[in-house]
Amino acid sequence: MAAVALASASAAMAGPPSTIPDTLAQRMQPCGACHGKDGRSTQQGFFPRIAGKPAGYLYNQLDNFRNGRRAYPTMTYFVEQMSDDYLHEIADYFASLDLPYAPPQTVGAPADEIARGEALVRHGDAAHGIPACVQCHGAAMTGVLPAVPGLLGLPRGYLVEQFGAWRTGQRKALAPDCMARVATMLTPADITAVATWLSAQPVVLGPAAADTLARPLPLACGSVPQ
Amino acid sequence: MRRSRLTWTRAVVASAVLLLAVVALVAWLNLRGEDPLAGDANTFAATPEQVTRGAYLARAGNCAACHTDRGGAAFAGGKGIATPFGTVFASNLTPDARTGIGAWSAAQFWRALHNGRSADGRLLYPAFPYPNFTEITRADADALFAYLRSQVPVGQVNRPHALRFPYGLQASLAVWRALFFSPGVYEPVVERSIQWNRGAYLVRSLGHCAACHSPRNAFGATRDSLELSGGLIPLQNWYAPSLSSAEAGVTDGSPAEVAALLKTGITARGAALGPMAEVVFRSTQYLSDADIGAMAEFLKSLPQTPPHASVAAKLDKDVQAHGEALYKDHCAACHGANGEGGGGPNGVVYVPLAGNRKVLLETPANLIHIVVNGGFPPTTAGDPRPYGMPPFGLSLKDEEIAVLTTYVRGAWGNAAPPVSALDVLNAR
Repeated sequence: MAAVALASASAAMAGPPSTIPDTLAQRMQPCGACHGKDGRSTQQGFFPRIAGKPAGYLYNQLDNFRNGRRAYPTMTYFVEQMSDDYLHEIADYFASLDLPYAPPQTVGAPADEIARGEALVRHGDAAHGIPACVQCHGAAMTGVLPAVPGLLGLPRGYLVEQFGAWRTGQRKALAPDCMARVATMLTPADITAVATWLSAQPVVLGPAAADTLARPLPLACGSVPQ
Repeated sequence: MRRSRLTWTRAVVASAVLLLAVVALVAWLNLRGEDPLAGDANTFAATPEQVTRGAYLARAGNCAACHTDRGGAAFAGGKGIATPFGTVFASNLTPDARTGIGAWSAAQFWRALHNGRSADGRLLYPAFPYPNFTEITRADADALFAYLRSQVPVGQVNRPHALRFPYGLQASLAVWRALFFSPGVYEPVVERSIQWNRGAYLVRSLGHCAACHSPRNAFGATRDSLELSGGLIPLQNWYAPSLSSAEAGVTDGSPAEVAALLKTGITARGAALGPMAEVVFRSTQYLSDADIGAMAEFLKSLPQTPPHASVAAKLDKDVQAHGEALYKDHCAACHGANGEGGGGPNGVVYVPLAGNRKVLLETPANLIHIVVNGGFPPTTAGDPRPYGMPPFGLSLKDEEIAVLTTYVRGAWGNAAPPVSALDVLNAR
């Protein structure tokens, strides 16, 4: 009886003509307000690019916001009443976008800072037990499937803030939280150097994430399936 | 001299007697209607039917909304509920003997729901909506208890409440309860159908709809005489619209439309956003069609109050022109050039703004919230892939949001009072 009533209610939904595309792109319009058109980021300088990130990474972040491991009120507000199925579909959608990158936002940085940043990215700092970024994020720093993000094409301010959030416990990942350990090993000068180098790299072609990761990882990571 | 001392003594004695009488009255008012506590934790044997029934009732009562913290174990408590009097922390309902309700008896659980007293005798704060739950039947209380006892025990110590003086004192709470709480039982109305009575029971007791949809007095108590007539949710600045007037669309919508909103989160005229999105997501979407239909039937029968007589403000031509320009730039692509809304293949996906009840509410709080923060209706079986609203709080200034919302409230036959930049600042 009530089922019949529900069906007749939807039949009665004449309303406006059907002009809105039945696509994920249309459904994800709200994301563009901060992340730029199709999630390709903006020149505004904080919000990260999400287009083309590995789907596993994007899903983990959506779930992190939903479960309080990451804290950004708008993101939490958007995802807290969404099913796992929808979050996976959203992650798959943004992962599937292969869009051109804007020119790097960091230009004219001091040469010694760039050199220090590049050294940490490529070689780490063995004396302090700091692994090289490329060991997990891929030799080209374009990420590794399914769950390690590429770090090129991100705003410097965003990168610096993420390290800060990891150091203060504002940002967490599934345990064991490898990036929280890395963030506490780096000095503030290391962090700005890495962020400066990363955000100064031009990304000419839409970089595909690497397929496989050399094992074992330098640190145990709960967000990367073993 | 002697006489005045005698008078003084009499006054002291009289005051003491009066004080004792008041204390006794408050104590009696707090303990009335309590059943003797029969049995202990070990005498309760749950049937599988009770556990299944309890799982359903826990959805209907939306227990997890407060008793499961973000990212925390199910029903282990710890979530802070902000109130105007301070923060109340939800308790651990898992069957852990030391920190949860593992050592509780069914009678003690019933007393918590029905009388608002904990197993250890403490009076409970009404952020736990026992003024509504008091009408839950003993059979339903036992089913809930059976379900909670079937959960995985989690050892998580309850956080002490952080309430300002004097609200943290049990004596203050006793006075509040003496004034505003009395235990009750749902008495079926014999002239009404079984379905209507089922709906009334769900709305009034387990659903605790009045916790948001009724106005509260200065002491945080909901007012029975204004049941479900709408209320501003404390501190969240969302207005829960009246269910007994056209505000929430109950009066002028069909029972099927009311049911569709509770079941799917979206209808041709409105979508559940903000606190109601959570209610639909965690609770009402899981209720049976029969129960949802019963709730709709009851709500439709509430005594109707006429909506606020909204007097259209004289529209400022410059403001309207600026507002129209902003509307064209930011809103028209989805909501239509004339606020007619946007349809997808399966019906409305962007609700019409012309004649929209949320737009026309006396308080612009909800409209401002939605423009500033955007949001998605909940995912439900009936709407598994909802469309969303972008947040404009970053790209538009308060003044622009005021002009835009004023325009929307005054265009296409809409006639609601204008919105000021101060309104936007207050509601942000």
